[in-house]
This record gives sequence, structure tokens and C-alpha cells, in this order.
Amino acid sequence: MMTRGMFETYFLPGVWITIQVTLYSALMAAVIAFVIGTMRTSQLWIVRFISGTYFEIFRGMSALVFMFWLVFSLPLIFQWQLVPMFAGVLAMGLTYGAYGSEIVRGALAAVPVAQREAGLALGFSRFDRLRRIEIPQAWPEMVPPLNNLLIELLKCTALVSTITVADMTFAGNLVRIGESESAPIYTLLLVVYFVMAFIITRGMRVVERQAKAGIGQAPPRTSFWEKLSLREPGGEGTTGAPSKIGGAQ
Amino acid sequence: MPASVDSQESNGQSRASGAELVRFNKITKRFGDVKVLDELSFSVDTGKHVTLIGPSGSGKTTILRLLMTLLTPDEGSIVVDGDYLTHQEKNGKLVKPSEKHVREVRKKIGMVFQQFNLFPNMKVLRNVTEAPRHVLGLPKDEAVHRAEELIELVGLSEHLDKYPSQLSGGQQQRVAIARALAMRPQVLCLDEVTAALDPELVAGVLDVLRDIAQTADITMLVVTHEMSFARDISDAVLMFDAGKIIESGPPDKIFTDPEHGRTREFLSTVLRGL
Ligand SMILES: Nc1ncnc2c1ncn2[C@@H]1O[C@H](COP(=O)(O)OP(=O)(O)O)[C@@H](O)[C@H]1O
Ligand SMILES: [Mg+2]
Repeated sequence: MMTRGMFETYFLPGVWITIQVTLYSALMAAVIAFVIGTMRTSQLWIVRFISGTYFEIFRGMSALVFMFWLVFSLPLIFQWQLVPMFAGVLAMGLTYGAYGSEIVRGALAAVPVAQREAGLALGFSRFDRLRRIEIPQAWPEMVPPLNNLLIELLKCTALVSTITVADMTFAGNLVRIGESESAPIYTLLLVVYFVMAFIITRGMRVVERQAKAGIGQAPPRTSFWEKLSLREPGGEGTTGAPSKIGGAQ
Repeated sequence: MPASVDSQESNGQSRASGAELVRFNKITKRFGDVKVLDELSFSVDTGKHVTLIGPSGSGKTTILRLLMTLLTPDEGSIVVDGDYLTHQEKNGKLVKPSEKHVREVRKKIGMVFQQFNLFPNMKVLRNVTEAPRHVLGLPKDEAVHRAEELIELVGLSEHLDKYPSQLSGGQQQRVAIARALAMRPQVLCLDEVTAALDPELVAGVLDVLRDIAQTADITMLVVTHEMSFARDISDAVLMFDAGKIIESGPPDKIFTDPEHGRTREFLSTVLRGL
């Protein structure tokens, strides 16, 4: 069994590093997703071209190889070294920003054309239409897929352990080497990632409910069972757990 | 005459001549290979209420959308209050208008849509204050004051704090009317604003519009199939068929003694439908 010393010296700080890496990459990815996603709905072909190119490049990029490249190849070219944690955040922010831009673009495209026309008829500029009309309406549609992406990002942060960032997976590996038993630490890791993902989902569910209330839609009703599960919230007409369990997918 | 149909070219200095607010000059509009409007010319004088009638597909919506700049014509020009909407004058020549120029001229035009198109993410009050605040730059309390007056005018003061989804279609349409008026446009375009409503809600909306037509000195360009409403509010009626004005005149003349066979036919089908 893992000793108390190992746990406090390596594992707890590792949990904190994982949280930080997740937060910073998510923040960076969110900014990129919104900027690139809205650019991809532009009327100007050049703006669409630039943002589309970004999307195509970074969606096809392996985050892991990209991290290695930033840490091991980039210094040879530019003669300076990135802090490993920064390299990890950069690699994940850029790639997950590309995935996220697809969610943002899709949700914006789903806003009815009539809303754009109503905005135009009232004289709003393109930027004001986006900010005041289109993005607020698209936002509730974006939350569930962004939640999925955020959980994937969280699990992907384990990759930074390969570039010497001491996150909790890195700490777990240290503990395995330090102690002779390896089973308990990986079980613990799985549980901690799961709990973090669960907390994210609960948080995003609150965000989604507020987003829907913010456009006058009744907040989705959630049963006790749905509160416990990680599933997407059921559609309208969900009256309770039994029918959902009966119609198990 | 409040609305005139002719093919005369504007000389681009109509502001001085005063009365004419909107002018379509030989407007041609195609959708793909289909020519929906073919060298259409007409004008609307300041303060007049002009109703466009005609069978479905005759191009009425297209005309309003051209004026609202939701469409651009393939040929011809549109002048609003002496300024080109479709062009910009530079060194005496007409060139493609800049975005800024279009936005400036567009401020003189307002539109109410068949499907209301309220912003679902804003409550009633904010639907009406948003554009005055952020397009015209009015201070918040002034925009709110203006909005409250208009919302009272359309009879919805109790619903200021509701989302559009909590209102009936008729109420939503009345909010949309208030929202358009809050911008104080010179011309208000109404495109079959009661066509999407349940029959029992139509009268409420038409009453509000009658009231506005009587009291506000706003120019109106109205597309409607509500013939008694058209008769009440119009100074002139233009009868369209296949993208052409086939007959025009004061409502009493058009509705009681139309000259054109197509007009008679159209009116009898519409009136039978009532
Ligand atoms: N966006 C569009 N694309 C293609 N055809 C269109 C479009 N809008 C209108 N049309 C066609 O143009 C004609 C005139 O339409 P419209 O102006 O809506 O007529 P109305 O309002 O008088 O019923 C119709 O034949 C219609 O099918
Ligand atoms: Mg129409």
C-alpha cells in the first residue's frame, strides 16, 4: 500500500497540477473555439479560409506528438526552451480549441436566419448581432457537447506526464516505481479522474440549465436517477427513472 | 397622389422636392433564372400608407425585403429620403455602397415580419430597448422610457418582464411592432403581419396598427390579405401580379371598382376566403 509520505509529497500536488493544466488548457481552448468558430461563420471568404485552415490543421494534430515537438524539436529551431507545463497547455489548448470551434460553428449555424434578419433590420452591426443575438441563442446548444469535450480534455491532460510535468498520472507512475505494488495507485487514479469528470458534468448541467432559462426555456427536469448518471439529460417527456431504465439504450 | 407608378428616372436630388420618401427605380430582381421583378418603378410619399396586394408569389415580400436591404437588386436603384440605398454617390458617380452608408440609410426603415422574429434570449422590454441603446446610442433610461411608452401603446405593459416564449403569437407580434417603432423609422414595412396568427388574435394586432396609422405620422408600406384593414388604413393600393403593378389607386376605387380583370379575380378569391 502507498505510504503516507509518497501520497502527500507526490500525489496531492499532482492532483493540483492536473486541475491547473485542465483549467488553463480549457480556458485557452474556449477562447480559440469561440474566435475560430465565429470566424468560420463569416461572410468574408478570407476569414473563413484562415479559420478553416486553422481547424483542419489542428484537428489532425496529435496532441501528444505536438507536445513532444514543442518540448524537444522547437528548442532546436529557436534556441529557447518552453516550460513543459506551458508546452502541454499550449498543445492541448490549440487542438481542443479546434475541436471546440466546430461546436461553436455548428451551434451558430443552427440559429435561425430570421434572427439574423431581425437584427439587420434593426441596424445591428455584425459584431453586435453575434454578441447580443446569435451567441446567446447558440450558447445553450453548445453546453452539452462542450461538456463532453471538457471531460476528454481532462483525461487527455495525463499526456503531460510524458513531458515531465508532475501531474497526478506522473505522480502515480512515481509511486508505482517507488513502491512495489502498482495496482492500488492506478485504481486510485481512475477513481480521481472519474470524480473530476463527474464534478465537471454536474457543473455544466447547472450552466446548461441557466443558459436555457436565459432564453426563456423551462429548465430541464431531472430525476434523481439522472442526477446520479453521467448521461445526457433526457429530452422532453422524461417523466421519471423507470421509463428511462425500461428503454435502456 | 400618394403613390405613383412611373418609369421616370430619379435625378438623385429628390430631398429638395420634399414629398417623396421612397423610390424604386427600374428594379430588377432575379432568383436564379427566375425574374421576380422586372424593371419595377414606384414611389411612396412621406406620411402615406401604401398597401401592396396581389396573389402569392407576385413579389410583394421581395419588394419589402429589397427596401429593408435583406436582398439586393440585380438592376436599378432604390432611393430613401433623398439618399441612395443601393448605391453611394462618389464624385458624381454612383458606386457600390459601403457597409456604413447602408447602415446609415437603413436606420430610416423598419420592418415587422410575418413570423415576429423576436429575440428569444431577451425579455420583452429588452427586445424593444436593445437596438435604440446599441444602434442609436440612446442612454438606458431614455431607451427604457421610450420602450415603455410603446409597449403601453400596444397594450402589453403587464408583460414587460416576460420572455417571448411566454407570450401568445398576437402578443409577440405587438411587441415586434413596438420594437420596430422604437427605432423611429421613417418608413415601416409590414409583411403579412397577421398571416401567422390564430384567427382570434388577428383583430388585436390590426387594431394596434389602425391606431398607429391614425395617430403616428409614419409612412407605411403594407402587404396584407386583410382587405377591410387595407381599406381602412391605405392612402393608395398597388395591385401586383407576376412582379408588375397592374393597377393602382385609392382603396375605394380599387376595392369597389377595379379596372383590371386580374384585380377583380384576385379580390373575389380573397374575399371569398373570409
Ligand atoms: N430566396 C428565394 N430564392 C428563390 N426564389 C425566391 C426566393 N424568395 C422568393 N422567391 C420567389 O420569388 C417569387 C416572389 O416571392 P415573394 O416576393 O415572396 O412573393 P409574395 O410575397 O408576393 O408572395 C416567388 O415565386 C418565390 O418563389
Ligand atoms: Mg409574401
